[in-house]
Amino acid sequence: MPPIIEMRGITKRFGALTANDGIDFSIEPGEIHALLGENGAGKSTLMKILYGLYQPDSGDVRINGQPVRLTSPAEAIANGIGFVSQHFALVPKFTVAENVVLGHEGSRTLHPTAMSTRVMETAASLRLLIDVNAVVGRLSVGEQQRVEILKALYRDCKVLIMDEPTAVLAPGDIAALFDILRVLQGRGMAVIIITHKLDEVFAISQRVTVLRLGKVVGEVRTQDSTPAALAQMMVGRQTVAVARNSDHRRQDAVKLDVRDLRLTDRRGGLRLRGLSLEVRGGEIVGVAGVAGNGQSELVSVLTGMAAPDSGSVTVGGAPLPFRDPKAVSRLKVARIPEDRLKGVIGDLSVQDNLMLESVEGFTRMGHLDRARIRANAEALIRAFQIKAAPTDLARTLSGGNIQKIILARSLGHAPEVVIAAQPTRGLDIGATEYVHQKLLEQKERGAAILLISEDLEEILLLSDRIVVIYEGRIAGTFAAQDARIDQIGALMTGAHPHA
Amino acid sequence: MLNLKIEREPAPLWLRLLIPVIAVVVTFALVSVLILWAGASPFDAVYQLLIHPLTRTSARADILMMATPILLTGVAVAVAFVCGYYNIGAEGQLYAGAIFAAWVGVNAEGLPPVVAIGLMLIAGFLAGMIWALLPALLKSWLSVDEVVTTLLLNSVMLFIVSALLNGPWRDPVSGWPQSPTIALNAQFPVLIARSRVHLGFIIAVVSALSVWWMLARTRFGLELRAIGKNREAAQFLGIPVRRRVLTAALISGGIAGLAGVGEVGGIHYYLIGSLSPGFGYTGIIVATLGALTMPGVMLSALFLALINRGAISANRELDVPVYLSDVIQAALLLVTLAVLLLNRYRIRWGR
Repeated sequence: MPPIIEMRGITKRFGALTANDGIDFSIEPGEIHALLGENGAGKSTLMKILYGLYQPDSGDVRINGQPVRLTSPAEAIANGIGFVSQHFALVPKFTVAENVVLGHEGSRTLHPTAMSTRVMETAASLRLLIDVNAVVGRLSVGEQQRVEILKALYRDCKVLIMDEPTAVLAPGDIAALFDILRVLQGRGMAVIIITHKLDEVFAISQRVTVLRLGKVVGEVRTQDSTPAALAQMMVGRQTVAVARNSDHRRQDAVKLDVRDLRLTDRRGGLRLRGLSLEVRGGEIVGVAGVAGNGQSELVSVLTGMAAPDSGSVTVGGAPLPFRDPKAVSRLKVARIPEDRLKGVIGDLSVQDNLMLESVEGFTRMGHLDRARIRANAEALIRAFQIKAAPTDLARTLSGGNIQKIILARSLGHAPEVVIAAQPTRGLDIGATEYVHQKLLEQKERGAAILLISEDLEEILLLSDRIVVIYEGRIAGTFAAQDARIDQIGALMTGAHPHA
Repeated sequence: MLNLKIEREPAPLWLRLLIPVIAVVVTFALVSVLILWAGASPFDAVYQLLIHPLTRTSARADILMMATPILLTGVAVAVAFVCGYYNIGAEGQLYAGAIFAAWVGVNAEGLPPVVAIGLMLIAGFLAGMIWALLPALLKSWLSVDEVVTTLLLNSVMLFIVSALLNGPWRDPVSGWPQSPTIALNAQFPVLIARSRVHLGFIIAVVSALSVWWMLARTRFGLELRAIGKNREAAQFLGIPVRRRVLTAALISGGIAGLAGVGEVGGIHYYLIGSLSPGFGYTGIIVATLGALTMPGVMLSALFLALINRGAISANRELDVPVYLSDVIQAALLLVTLAVLLLNRYRIRWGR
């Protein structure tokens, strides 16, 4: 059967980052096609191009063999493409029927009964169980997702894109969703499901395209593959380049002890479910995992930005206070935040950024000691090779140099514990190596280092011990010398370790 | 195909320094239409508005007098805006300061002038702080939007003033809704003979210079700037964000209160309901035009005072309405905001 959608040589750059690099992708009618990859692999970008939200820098899109230019979602919808995002675009106070019709009313005057009858017919024809007159705000998440699907179908979509549809669902709802998708498939619809969970790929899809770092690394029929093979494609090569950290003998006392952290987010979702880990002095422990499995919350707690519901953290035996960043840095915990723009104040000077975390040391009766501030900045700029003058505004620096500001102010004062969250995200090779080297220096010094990174290779390169985080708890631990990438990949994606 | 691209790119330094000039030129170009409509020549009007007041000693003194309250409210607003607390309530805080100052002044009979004026200033500062306290607490405890609360409290304050002046403070002699006159020894000394430039001008300049020093040279000021520029990072760095914002809000209220003290102690010598023709709101314009920096605030307070004084000349000579100055101020604010925004982008044409 000819493909209904064909994307050829799609390339999309955001500044220096190439999110999609010459991607080919196609899907046939009546096919469920999984788009698999880690966060940042380029899945969402590719699908946003298909939905007209982004314009590719090069490459073309064909629908039923005809080249099309999709410059807006409205055009994508007119071409029979539907998109169900993770974040529903529903008006809570409207009924299901109103939400479905909204933006596609057909006439200037509304006929409520005719409207809901038509929506009901659409739902019934696809065996979607839903009360079209219910108010959306009262529906469960799974039902709201069904409304989103119904919305796409009401607009006559032939290709349905689902962005991580199970991320928000309870297990029972997942089965129901898959049933719906199979019905749609039976009607000849094409369904693209973006995911990083392997069990789902095998449960529902006929074909898989695996993306890694913006490129297609494999396109296979699901039944011809195995979870292990896909996991390996997703995370990279099977063997790791020579680890930069090869001396794993050192075993000092435990310096960072995290016990049974539990944390519920504002919407009531359990983000940490009894997470425990420990890091010894002179050791780098890498936390591997797909984004969104509790890493951010763990970092927030450890850096003093959030408080867990329960659990404890001790640093060198002393309890770590929660939601008190000052106290955390006083315990000699160096903090490298996930988002460096939330750790550096771009509109202040480099020298101010280098002293703000320990501002007490630079004041006399509340008056800033400019000479000492400048001397501190000059010393750190030299020691960490920051390419900037003390009075430059921080935001005029490159990402690598901004990261060096953070390294300088946190590592410059002999820390006991280092919390390094995504320390090389978005950095070029040179800056990345520099960061790695600085972390290894701290290990040599005897600091306990917790490295949280979405870049599995970075974790394998630096860690003495690797823990895998999945759904808010530690799913497995590996010593660096016997870490196997297929096992780690399987744990990261929720499959069983020895399957 | 012609391709128009808008990129985020900060303008070069020379352009940024030209911004005030560009804004003024554009504003006057826009306002010319109104001036023509009013039957006058825009060139004559510009001369009357911007040049003529500077040529005469008495008009120059008037400018300093008129700059006094809006410099204080401008400084007050800037202190709050710097840390991202949008205090729109300087008007109400000004009146709070005026009430306390009038009360102290009326009861200051027999005190040495230094003590009487000192007490008025302290009382006025405290009153402004108290009036700023409620919205500041609501903001820090419950995250209630300060823009709404401070703005609405301005109306509440006007009613309080009106109630006072129509009730207990109604002038027993004239029966007018105005407070009794403050004691002679509580009246601010005049700085320039045969003018109404009073002690308040010095207080305003000292306030601006102190705030300048505070923002640039103290830990507190640095932390306020850090909070205003990047609240999340400030929190990450261990700055007690809520406490600092609360303090800034109170200082802001206090300085706005001083503006009220100056109007009572230096201009009217009693409290009236029309004490301020919106000095608190003009303070927002002053602070914004001054880019929240103290040199900028001082310059823009003087500039707006010049336009106010110039509007009187223009009215006298060319018969254009005095409200022209209000229109110019409003237009200037909008144009400046637009220019500041455009300044952050670069438009490229190309294929």
